[in-house]
Amino acid sequence: MHELSIAEAIVERAAETARLHGGGRVTAVRVTVGELAGVVPDALRFSFEVARVGTALETARLVVRDVPARARCAPCGGEFAVGSPPSMWCPRCDGLSRELLGGRELEVTAIELEEASG
Amino acid sequence: MCRVVDVRRAVLAKNDTLAGALREELAGRGTIVVNLLSSPGSGKTALLERVLAHTSARGVPTAALTADLATEHDARRLARSGVPVRQVLTGGLCHLEAAQLRAHLEGWLPAGTRVLYVENVGNLVCPASYDLGETLRITLMSVTEGEDKPLKYPTAFGLAHLVVLTKTDLERAVGFDRAAFVRNVTGVNPGVEIAETSARSGEGVESLVDRVLAVVRGAAVHRPAMAAAAHAVAHANTHGPDGDHALPLGDPAGRLP
Repeated sequence: MHELSIAEAIVERAAETARLHGGGRVTAVRVTVGELAGVVPDALRFSFEVARVGTALETARLVVRDVPARARCAPCGGEFAVGSPPSMWCPRCDGLSRELLGGRELEVTAIELEEASG
Repeated sequence: MCRVVDVRRAVLAKNDTLAGALREELAGRGTIVVNLLSSPGSGKTALLERVLAHTSARGVPTAALTADLATEHDARRLARSGVPVRQVLTGGLCHLEAAQLRAHLEGWLPAGTRVLYVENVGNLVCPASYDLGETLRITLMSVTEGEDKPLKYPTAFGLAHLVVLTKTDLERAVGFDRAAFVRNVTGVNPGVEIAETSARSGEGVESLVDRVLAVVRGAAVHRPAMAAAAHAVAHANTHGPDGDHALPLGDPAGRLP
């Protein structure tokens, strides 16, 4: 359950950004989680509710955007979903792809701040 | 009123930055870290006992740090090899992070150490996400765990620089399907090498140590496709509107001995 550590890092990062932008309540945090990031979105949502307590994110929503894992096959030039269970073997030509195009993302993309002036 | 602030920053950027700095600092002292990941019971400690003995018998200053949720059993086992060993109890935490490792090395890691083996917490999920500043990441599994394990734990196997199969002396007894295993490993980590070992018979241990020592001497390590993808993300982040808040590694007084 390292999602709690991940959630704490998200809260820390979002709170720091909120401070840099004049403080105020964070109403939402948007994160991108790749299929191969090694993070379970449901466990992350649960952990976020624990990690946000007592911070500027106390009432913030966690908005998760899932990114599917995709690869490009050098032998046939096709792109394909790496899928689950994941495989870099091309479903079209059975060539081995060495190029993952996406799916490893784990990032805070934006926060939504309530203006201090209301 | 509400406004949106772009962040575009990897969640684990802080750990990655600390890990990168630790790697550089250790490299400056001639030390490389070998990070060992596996499930509990894969034979990691038994193999490491052998590896430590072999590495140090070749006159290469070696040390080991072992992490567990509880008990100091592993440290006692590893210490029999005669190399300096440190036990880290994570108190329930399922993985090691770079900052933790750094804190444990401070004041302990003997000067002149060339290879530091880090036996991560037995777990194939959480430790996979945390760079510890290693130069070589090895993911191990035993033949008893089943040839589809790389598919079940794609991050752990996908980010490995080297995959080590253990307990090969049991291969026939458990009907291990080697061809399927190789295909599964390759499917999550194209091009990664697989080393086969048996801590019981000693088979493959010398050749594993050869690989590690080659890296100590500066041999290039395999570059996993998954790591390349993660790097692209991290790199994109440095151009985000919020800039890259690289963390300095503290003051010189906090440096390792």
